[in-house]
Amino acid sequence: MTTAPLPHAVIEVADVKISFGAVKALDGVTLRIVPGECVGLVGHNGAGKSTVVNIINGALSPQEGTIACAGERVPRYGIAAARANGVRCVFQELSLCPNLTVIENTRIMHGTLKGWGWRRRAARIIGSKLDEIFPGHGIDPTDTVSDLSIAQRQMVEIATAFSQVAQPVKLVILDEPTSSLDATLATQLLGYVRSFVTAGGSVIFISHILSEILSTSDRIVVMKDGKVVTERPAVEFDEHSLVAAMGSVVKGHDREKRAEGAAGRTPLLSRPSLHGKGLPFEVFPGEIVGLAGLGGHGQTDMLIDLYLGHTSNWLRRREAEVAFVAGDRTLNGVFPLWNILKNLTIADLAGLSRKGIVNETAEADLGHAWKERIDIRTQDLDNPILSLSGGNQQKVLFARALATPAPAVLMDDPMRGVDIGTKQEVYAILRAEADKGRAFVWYSTEMDEVCLCDRVYVFNNGVIVAELKGDAVTEKNVLAASFTGIAA
Amino acid sequence: MKKILSSDTVRLLIPALSLTILLISVFYLQPRAMSYVGLNLLFNLAVPIALATIAQMLIMTVNDLDLSMGTFVSFVACITATFLQATPLIGVLMLAAAIATYAVLGVLIHVRNLPSIVVTLGMSFVWGGLAVLILPAPGGEAPGWVRAVMVSRPPFVPMAILACAIIAVVSHLLIMRSSFGVILRGVGGNARSVERAGWSILKARAATYALAAFFAILSGISLVGLTTSADANIALRYTLLSIAGVVLGGGEFTGGRVSPIGAVIGALTLTLAGSFLSFLRISPDWQIGAQGAILIVVLALRLLLNRLENRGKRP
Amino acid sequence: MKPLVLLSRKPWIWSFVAAFIVWSATILFTGGASTIGLSQAALTFAAFSILVGIGQMFVITLGPGNIDLCVPATMTLAGTIALKFMQVDDSLILPGLFIAIAIGVAVGIGNYALIRLLQIPPIIATLSMSFIVQSTAIWTNRGLRIKPPETLASFTTETTAGIPNVALVALTLSVCAFALLHLTVYGRWISAIGQNIRAARMAGIPVDGARFVTYVLCSVLAAICGYLLASFSGGAALNMGSEYLLMSIAVVVIGGTAVAGGNSNVPGIWGASLFMFLVVSMLNTYGAGAGIRLIMTGLIIIAVIVVAGGRNPHQR
Repeated sequence: MTTAPLPHAVIEVADVKISFGAVKALDGVTLRIVPGECVGLVGHNGAGKSTVVNIINGALSPQEGTIACAGERVPRYGIAAARANGVRCVFQELSLCPNLTVIENTRIMHGTLKGWGWRRRAARIIGSKLDEIFPGHGIDPTDTVSDLSIAQRQMVEIATAFSQVAQPVKLVILDEPTSSLDATLATQLLGYVRSFVTAGGSVIFISHILSEILSTSDRIVVMKDGKVVTERPAVEFDEHSLVAAMGSVVKGHDREKRAEGAAGRTPLLSRPSLHGKGLPFEVFPGEIVGLAGLGGHGQTDMLIDLYLGHTSNWLRRREAEVAFVAGDRTLNGVFPLWNILKNLTIADLAGLSRKGIVNETAEADLGHAWKERIDIRTQDLDNPILSLSGGNQQKVLFARALATPAPAVLMDDPMRGVDIGTKQEVYAILRAEADKGRAFVWYSTEMDEVCLCDRVYVFNNGVIVAELKGDAVTEKNVLAASFTGIAA
Repeated sequence: MKKILSSDTVRLLIPALSLTILLISVFYLQPRAMSYVGLNLLFNLAVPIALATIAQMLIMTVNDLDLSMGTFVSFVACITATFLQATPLIGVLMLAAAIATYAVLGVLIHVRNLPSIVVTLGMSFVWGGLAVLILPAPGGEAPGWVRAVMVSRPPFVPMAILACAIIAVVSHLLIMRSSFGVILRGVGGNARSVERAGWSILKARAATYALAAFFAILSGISLVGLTTSADANIALRYTLLSIAGVVLGGGEFTGGRVSPIGAVIGALTLTLAGSFLSFLRISPDWQIGAQGAILIVVLALRLLLNRLENRGKRP
Repeated sequence: MKPLVLLSRKPWIWSFVAAFIVWSATILFTGGASTIGLSQAALTFAAFSILVGIGQMFVITLGPGNIDLCVPATMTLAGTIALKFMQVDDSLILPGLFIAIAIGVAVGIGNYALIRLLQIPPIIATLSMSFIVQSTAIWTNRGLRIKPPETLASFTTETTAGIPNVALVALTLSVCAFALLHLTVYGRWISAIGQNIRAARMAGIPVDGARFVTYVLCSVLAAICGYLLASFSGGAALNMGSEYLLMSIAVVVIGGTAVAGGNSNVPGIWGASLFMFLVVSMLNTYGAGAGIRLIMTGLIIIAVIVVAGGRNPHQR
């Protein structure tokens, strides 16, 4: 590509393809990391960053393409091969054992630490590395991890990855390493990354904070839809051009937005600002409210809080106030042993039963009505839910929520992994339901969906940092709010 | 962040405290118990219970549960009182086979992803049946050396207390201090990241089960040393007692959070609870009930402490 | 052929097939002499396992980790107190039953209170509870063996139209349980909770309420079983529940109920209970000792669970 090829890349993945079911996670990615460089990897959620990381650390095997270390092709590349070649990874979700001490976690990560006095050696290794990266860290290596704060755990994890026991550390992958560190610690880490790189090590750096990427990386790789779209030296980017490179191209929605004043109306659902920080949240009948911002910044938590706050754990309420559409189908959506019909009607059993007995005729009628309306592609609603494709399972979850009389529907990024045709069908139904007076709260990681909403709340670090209304809901404004809010 | 005590220390604090209170009450009620003989009598039966508790704790370290502990200890007791006494070689071979069986169970549970509760439930019938086959009627005889060890009178400290201390120290070294024990607890804490670091969860689980079988075998042998004879139902209560002992000692069902010293203390507490009630002249009817009540009180205390701790942690 | 194929897909059919094979083998061995006697004995003794098994099944349906270890203690306590209350008086039979049921309700409330308030796994909660309940039973019993009222004793030991009365009681309650599971909203709820408790909560199911009712239901069934068993065996014994701890779990597993939860099976419990009793009596007829019988039982349980597989693949 644009960089001058050096004799030996630490790792080189060439034309790697991988897909999960119908979703192409990586569609021909080529990436070459040479010694002594820090490569910034950016892109929206679902662009394929984490998949690339998992390929390089050996957790996933590509369906097509090759991986080479130090110029030699490694045919059976896996976790062991990655470790042997000096590849280390700091994962986005914390991967320490919470029940063990810092020393013991070091032992787990480094199999050669054993025999008499292993504790002393491990304490020395991890302690000196922590001192080196985060001077004044205040972590005692004999502390149990569950007693540490999130930031301290992150520091331990980073130090473990950089510490050298048997094999030399050649490449460290940092996946959102600063997400739980404060500004001082983040600066310390970035400083260490630069000195590590200067000493000849390599780093792949993933962060949503663009200024960090720009200041730390030598080269920036931009990914979108499972492909590398741009790859240039960091000095050739600034924040604007980087956002532009990440941005989606799909445009053109032709819907009239409601931007009526909220004055005098009572909201269906509301939540005051958290700990006095950020903006309060409210939603009125008949509107579609989007929740935007980077993934995992409190949107799902708020949806779940709202839902749990309006339903009972002990008794069934006759009239449901809210309904929920899950995004993570396996985690909190689908009942895998049931057929489609039972999955569809479970939320509305109150309306389908008399004195606790389910009226099966009414249930079947409701099922068929929704099968027609939302076009669930199946011969028979008695088929198991898992016989449906992901998109159709998601339609069943939509039907489950829409079949209830609830005036407010909460949606937790429900379109993840759904094909474009299905999306269009569902958008139309949402719009029709909103016109009838139902309110939707819609968390989405996809920009085009956020732009369909009447009003958008932008989240950052668990609080709402901006509210955009009507025509102000544009990709540019949303992105700007997601990135600039950090200082607030 | 203010930190007074580590969570491990807190976990040990409650069991130690409850044992101390119980012990003081016993001494208060019956000052004669405060002697070499008295202590030995009080804690005599604690040795096999402590060993069984350590075995159960090992299984719980990898997030499983063994419902066959009681029948397995009974089975071992029957072997000890018969084969190990008459033909030691065959006896040792049988016990080795039992350890191998446990390792195979660990593999089976891991490979087929089975619920350990149901598998060990089935095994409890098998061990019980084998025990009945070996010793159809109560009887047998303890091997001389086992008897000699269990009734020996070391200077200053009664055998029961000395043995419990040794059990606590050895298992602590093995599970909490050694580099091997770290892997076992890591599997309980976060199996995925242990696997990602290149360890075999299968081997770890098999090793855990085999080690648990080893401690359970020691429990059965020491039990026969105390009772001098065995029968097929001799230790049925150990299943529930061992689970209760681990929980009393601060162990948890998931997350690899265990404490060998706590488990031994838990076993001592359960043993002492019975004596305490009899000193109080409460009818022995309530012995089991008191064990249940102690369990509930300790769990409630722990919940309370956890709440306080979490409150202190939040910003 | 079609009905046969459909039938072979039902998980419960296998326990019936196995029970029938064992039944035939025993009958053949005795030359048909014991057909009626064996069948009646099987139905009688299976009835008790069925009663506790159904209760345990509801609890196991709630998903991994849900097991009621308090079943034997509840049986003992309900049997002891009910017999003590009735004082061999025929007119107190019904009030005695209500007392047994009330004990079941109380134990169930206690169980769920512990699970919920102490936030501990159901196994340890019901275990602690069982210690206390067992002690209460020992304390009330005091080694006395009070006989059941005459009418009740003969009701539990006699047959109606050749079928043991206790089996008829078990049948009635099984039909109720079946209806509860398959026709009512509550049945849907517990199945949903067992499959995916988070999804159940997010579909608006009152999770705590449903689980609470289930634990109470299990204890009530155990109490009724204790009441009948004590009357059947001519008095409550302190160890009368002990063999039902493992048995209640075993019949549920063998009967084809998913151990991972969410999928329960009433007919299978009948097949499994009959099978478990018939295996024992077959081995008896063949002259095998208690040891062999226990080993066979254990191996059958393990074989069934290995073949049937463990948790749902989507859960890890």
